[in-house]
Amino acid sequence: MSVDIVLTVNGTRRTIPIPDPRTTLLDLLREGLHLTGAKKGCDRGQCGACTVLVDGRRINSCLALAVSLDGAEVLTIEGLAEGDHLHPVQEAFIAHDGFQCGFCTPGQIMSAVGLIREAQAGNDPERVREAMSGNLCRCGAYAGITEAVLEAQGAMSQHTIRDSATRQGEAA
Amino acid sequence: MSETAPRTRHGSSIGQPLTRRDGILKVTGGARYAADHHPPGMLYAVMAVSRIARGRVTHLDVAAAESHPGVVAVMTPQNKPALAQHPDEKHDGFTFRLDLLQDDRVRYANQPVAVVIAETLEAATEGAALLDPAYEVETPAVGLDAAREFTPPAIGVGDPADMETGDVAAGLAAAAKTIEATYETPAQYHNAMEPHAVVATWDGDRLDLDMPSQGLAMAQGRIAGLFGIAPSDIHIRSPFLGGGFGSKGMIAGPQVLGIMAARLVGRPVKLVMSRPQMFGPVGHRAPTRQTLRLGAAEDGALTALDHHTLTATSTFDDFIEPSGGVSHTLYAAPALATRHRAVRLDTGTPLFMRAPGEASGSAALEAAIDEMAEACGMDPLEFRLRNYAETEPASGKPFSSKALRACYARGAEAFGWGKRPLAPGQMRNADGLLVGWGVGTATFPALMFQAEARAVLKASGEASVAIGAIDMGQGAWTALAQIAADELGLDIDAVDFRIGTSDLPNGGIAGGSAHTATAGTAIKGAAADAIAQLAGLATQDPRSPLYGAGNAGVIARGGRLVRRDDESRSEAFTEILGRAGKESVEGKGSAGPDAAREHYAMHAHGAVFAEVTVDPDLGQIRATRLVGAFAAGRIINPRLVRSQYYGGMIWGVSFALHEQAVMDPRTGRPMNANLAEYHVPVNADVPSLEAILVEEEDPHVNPLGIKGVGEIGVTGSAGAIVNAIWHATGKRVRTLPVTLDKLL
Amino acid sequence: MIPFEYVRATDVADAVAAGGAPGAAYLAAGTNLLDLMKGGVSRPTRLVDITRLPGLAAVERRDDGSVRIGALVRNSDLAHDPAFARTYPAVAEALLSGASAQLRNAATAAGNVMQRTRCPYFTDTGSACNKREPGSGCDARGGETRLHAVLGWSEACIATHPSDFCVPLVALDAVVEIAGPAGTRSVPLDAFHRLPGDAPERETVLEPGELVTVLVLPPEAARFSGHSRYLKVRDRTSYAFAVVSAAASLRLDGGRIAEARLALGGVALKPWRAREAEAVLAGRAPDEAAFRAAADAALAGARPSGDNAFKIELARRLVVRAFQRAAAGTPERLPALPGSAFAPASEAAHV
Repeated sequence: MSVDIVLTVNGTRRTIPIPDPRTTLLDLLREGLHLTGAKKGCDRGQCGACTVLVDGRRINSCLALAVSLDGAEVLTIEGLAEGDHLHPVQEAFIAHDGFQCGFCTPGQIMSAVGLIREAQAGNDPERVREAMSGNLCRCGAYAGITEAVLEAQGAMSQHTIRDSATRQGEAA
Repeated sequence: MSETAPRTRHGSSIGQPLTRRDGILKVTGGARYAADHHPPGMLYAVMAVSRIARGRVTHLDVAAAESHPGVVAVMTPQNKPALAQHPDEKHDGFTFRLDLLQDDRVRYANQPVAVVIAETLEAATEGAALLDPAYEVETPAVGLDAAREFTPPAIGVGDPADMETGDVAAGLAAAAKTIEATYETPAQYHNAMEPHAVVATWDGDRLDLDMPSQGLAMAQGRIAGLFGIAPSDIHIRSPFLGGGFGSKGMIAGPQVLGIMAARLVGRPVKLVMSRPQMFGPVGHRAPTRQTLRLGAAEDGALTALDHHTLTATSTFDDFIEPSGGVSHTLYAAPALATRHRAVRLDTGTPLFMRAPGEASGSAALEAAIDEMAEACGMDPLEFRLRNYAETEPASGKPFSSKALRACYARGAEAFGWGKRPLAPGQMRNADGLLVGWGVGTATFPALMFQAEARAVLKASGEASVAIGAIDMGQGAWTALAQIAADELGLDIDAVDFRIGTSDLPNGGIAGGSAHTATAGTAIKGAAADAIAQLAGLATQDPRSPLYGAGNAGVIARGGRLVRRDDESRSEAFTEILGRAGKESVEGKGSAGPDAAREHYAMHAHGAVFAEVTVDPDLGQIRATRLVGAFAAGRIINPRLVRSQYYGGMIWGVSFALHEQAVMDPRTGRPMNANLAEYHVPVNADVPSLEAILVEEEDPHVNPLGIKGVGEIGVTGSAGAIVNAIWHATGKRVRTLPVTLDKLL
Repeated sequence: MIPFEYVRATDVADAVAAGGAPGAAYLAAGTNLLDLMKGGVSRPTRLVDITRLPGLAAVERRDDGSVRIGALVRNSDLAHDPAFARTYPAVAEALLSGASAQLRNAATAAGNVMQRTRCPYFTDTGSACNKREPGSGCDARGGETRLHAVLGWSEACIATHPSDFCVPLVALDAVVEIAGPAGTRSVPLDAFHRLPGDAPERETVLEPGELVTVLVLPPEAARFSGHSRYLKVRDRTSYAFAVVSAAASLRLDGGRIAEARLALGGVALKPWRAREAEAVLAGRAPDEAAFRAAADAALAGARPSGDNAFKIELARRLVVRAFQRAAAGTPERLPALPGSAFAPASEAAHV
């Protein structure tokens, strides 16, 4: 029983057949759409490597059924930069060496983007650390990650944040 | 040794804190890891793994799996492709026995027992579940008391199990103070964020693989042997590893199963392990029980150090965690003994895991040293300085370099150690929580393995450097390119730098904290060879301004060869090659341990200072501040090195406070085989880290003076934290990790 | 996971009709259900997607002072609803101490109430578990039991309920509204989850097809807003299930405790309301002696179910600390580390 769903992925609205309702958003992105930036580290919501934004909110894409997200807007790491122009969070991760092996990095970055949009942490490093604790990094790049989130957030005025959120929406 | 800050520049590139050259790929999702590949026609393979730790598989419901829509094939011991070698054949110390469906035996929990191959991942996954194996269960040996001790023929990768120098019994008898303490460390699983994966495509007897590997040539050799094909017919791409930590040093059984599955179905196959499956067939750090006996004179000078390790290996293969090694190196005990004993348990075979031996051994030794310092009424840092080893205690050799005193001093200063009260339980924070400070000494050997590299200078002005080196996060893409650029006298952006595939010169293994030293030395040699050839062309050509300078009389800089004795005389590489009518010169280089190792003890050192906060009533612990000062020879890229130290220190936090595989004592199954309950630190667990790079020049260790930084951060850190917990609470917890229940 | 039929419900009646079929399960965010399905623990043959049911995604305040939390309100939205967090600070703190930001963004209020135990012998299909497979036995007994129940357990099951959210909710007398084939009904949350007894497979009072639609906090629940805290002891600083947790609420009057509420998490197969402890505190001064007496009362019936005797003493100490924090007053802003022992006292100071 194949079901068609409509997803807006990285600004492009598309109709996507879901031949198997068991398919998670993560597996759809990785195996179906070949958007392999989001990673499968645990497949059970325990590591955060699969984090993407759905309707502007960061979630674990491994624990979301694709078929249930009909109509949703999905932003993955592949849709974050604008051409060669990196998103401030991406820039900050490079500058602060917020990764080593890079496997958890797309999830960390999407989580950071979500965190900044949530606007709950302010510039308190302890709140940032807590809010980033859903993204495991086995290499131990946490210090750089926290610095990167704070710097990127500082660089993005609230206006910029809203503007980019809107742009992502309008691109749909 | 100098206590000044490390030089930021050693050359144009070396010593500079460049950002990662693979950074943009990694922050955009463009870095493609093995499981990110989808060759045309690819199928999905999913393993079924054993629920029991010992016994036999008596039935697999193959029919149920085969009838699941989308399932293409079920690979079992009955129909698996024939192998040219039995997976239990051993060829050397680096060959580990693999579980490749050779029979119906089960020798550990989560052992692969079948593989289901299907058109979709969902179908393969459910197909594997439908196999629903039945078993004949045998009682497994679980835990260090469950089997008979034996003396292993070798520990680690071939060291003797026992070592003694001096008379330990006499040293203990003569001591004014003695302590004896037993420490336990649990089984730990590497759990790199990237599960082991393979995407395998056969073309006749040629094999194409996307597969994370810390050692491409060794993987090639193992696969070639198993399948009876030539190593050169195997092409492995491994440009990025999502972490290795030792678990990807050898090709893992599940990766071979993916290759077998592809052979069985005649189509490309992707096999990715699930997280729970990672707790079995891909190695782990074995549990240890370490008993330390120390004696000291009135002035705190050690009279004897005895370090006994009991650890475990599997029932079918040997890897013995060499925990005693750190005691050979660190403290100037005139009498010193280490022994290793082992038991055989029904687990997967242990494997090297970040600082194998050093991590577990250091955790015990540093705690014992702290207990000895307490017994002597001395500050633990002062006690360590009192017992500072000027030569390596076990061998008597001089150190090739050792800036540990500077590490102690710089770390203590940055941490504020001087304000530490001697007695425990004296410090509280503003909220009434207990605060404690502890120190641990870090050490890791400076190893060298074998590698080869190629450097090509072209008449067009381009250069390319190639080596089958591996970046698993430590930064090879960047640091090795920095070495290549400097040795060729070029800007880093002028070098086309290639690593991570098996068709490049053998880059050796990314492990033992030796990869930058080894691969870097090979690159240095290749570059020097290319430059020498170029110099030969120029200095023997009367038309060159360098004519007559002799090879040794020129240096490469800025794309030109320059006369040493007259820098106004130089010539561009392109001109030299152009005039000689050569398209290019190709240099070759190699690296390996040299004779200096006979004469010197070679180790990196460091000191880690830890602050913990402990809730006095609830027992909850947080490592609120860590300062590490490390001396590891020449630093190629301080930004990346600092990240390596941070990562190691966080592993120390994990070792001290979090990680342990919890085995059911009756079944031998890991009951926390997931990342929700197998705890590794989260961001909030490490609020403050500082790593100090202490300058150290080492003329002996290798031509680049590099000692390696990947593992040393784990050592020292766990001990420092455990010692800080004692300082906060007055409790010596000797069973790691220190969970809150142990403090109630 | 096994193949299933996917049904998207358009209203509650539609959902209940579809959800009553044998093998059916309701799907909201799926953060717990999909996890269990991937592990083979849950094998529903039909998923009824309730994420689009109208009217269930709102927090509604009634004139009588009660608040109605729609089943589909996301955990993070509820915790970050300023009016809600101000009135029910322990609920917000509990929500934010749970899981990760990503999971809280997805997980729903009703899903949180419906989440199932983390007992490894339940989630591991190779183990005997009376809850997963009635009558098969309990491999947790005699196994790894450090985190298992110390209250209300039976020989058949020693698992615990993992929710943080439910702990303050049960302390505040929350009520569960349920829609079913026979209409709607209300059940106190304290009576919603069942203790294991002889039938640990029956986890809640829900009948086949019944669906949680609303969680109601009664008007009285708002009286504790000035003195309510949630405190959660765990094995790492964040992103960990509770070893033991406590929600403590006080209503103070003239320096005395007019009314106290206490519930414990991580100790039993349900969020554990400790009414005996509340009774001890009524009328007393909010001091350590009183809180200790309350703690003793709360844990009076506790007994270890394995290697977990430490949890009993830990729970006692936690009760004291949670009440001390509650007595000190709800902080103006939730601490950076919600529910944590390491939340600075400065942030927890009386406003």
